[in-house]
Amino acid sequence: MIPLSWYLIVAAGLFVVGIFGVLTRKNLIGILMGVELMLNAVNINLLAFWSYLYPQSLSGLTFVAVVFVAAAAEAAVGLALIISIYRRRTTVNAEEINLLRG
Amino acid sequence: MLNDWSYVAIFTVISMFLPAAAIAIASFLAPKKPNPIKNSIYECGVETVGATWVQFKVQYYIYTLVFLLFDVEIIFLYPWAVAYNQLPLFAVVEVIIFILILLGGLLYAWRKGALEWV
Amino acid sequence: MTPLQIVFLLVAAITLFSAVMVVSIRGMMHAALFLVLTLMGVAFMFATLGSRFFAIIQILVYIGSIAILIIFAVMLTRNIMDAEVASLNRGWWFFAPLALLIFASIVLVLSSWSAFATLRDLSSTSGENILEFGKALTDPNGFVIPFEVASVLLVAAMVGAVYIAMERRGGRG
Repeated sequence: MIPLSWYLIVAAGLFVVGIFGVLTRKNLIGILMGVELMLNAVNINLLAFWSYLYPQSLSGLTFVAVVFVAAAAEAAVGLALIISIYRRRTTVNAEEINLLRG
Repeated sequence: MLNDWSYVAIFTVISMFLPAAAIAIASFLAPKKPNPIKNSIYECGVETVGATWVQFKVQYYIYTLVFLLFDVEIIFLYPWAVAYNQLPLFAVVEVIIFILILLGGLLYAWRKGALEWV
Repeated sequence: MTPLQIVFLLVAAITLFSAVMVVSIRGMMHAALFLVLTLMGVAFMFATLGSRFFAIIQILVYIGSIAILIIFAVMLTRNIMDAEVASLNRGWWFFAPLALLIFASIVLVLSSWSAFATLRDLSSTSGENILEFGKALTDPNGFVIPFEVASVLLVAAMVGAVYIAMERRGGRG
């Protein structure tokens, strides 16, 4: 069988790559993709601990389902904001969107 | 239980192998004599107009958004449907409330004119 | 090593590689396609964890609609700048070691946890119990509040997204 630690290490790797994407991407959609990677890492962790520690409990499954819903809502609103910004400023570059800079 | 998944794995391998083989064999056997007309963008045989990457309409996004809403609904409705036989009436009422709330979102998009193709 | 472990390592390598491509490749369209590959790898991991339901849901919801939503957004916001400007900001040489540091510290914390040896996978013999999950979702003593709140969250997100993304007629932008 696959040890639990393998799942946790893969999830950690995905999470860190997601953080790197959020911090360094210039394109706003790229930043959002980094967030999606992080949410997937969280889901792997949740399901791994559910599967190894509490397979009878349903809290883990509910948590994963709620993470799915949150990811969908986040992607929908985030991308709508990006499209709206693009329509006004004709750019999706995070460095050029500096209207709020003092 | 992983035996169930091994069928999925076999089908995945076959379905990836077949197009890969077709493309590879075609690239080995086909004669290559490119010229500008052959390399031009093919669009139903008519000459292309403008850039290939045109700005898409925002309606595509809004339709996908509405689809996403009802796609995510599956996560909750599928387990409910599996357990349907053994549930009390109360559970059915809850799910109807759930669907009505979501229909409210669809109704908003409809009234807002988001579903019209402009 | 069992065959399953070898396959797992292979899929994990593909998943992490495509995740790195998602954050580093220049064209946004290719990044979105690599994101689909990453999500497939995650679905494989759900399957090996014994969660058939969420493996299918991952493909159905994440790849089937969230990734498609991202691809449409990429098409809607395409820019000529894609080809010329660097895709990462100037701080990437600082953040790359930082990310590696975070990863190393997570692995360090994990390796200091002694309970790994005694754990074994309990669920993958049977998969999750969808019947019980469905009952618990609508049970007042179970998870009925997350169930209803999820629909409210979805509607709020959709109303907000439609409002923001719609072009105002007559108005500016």
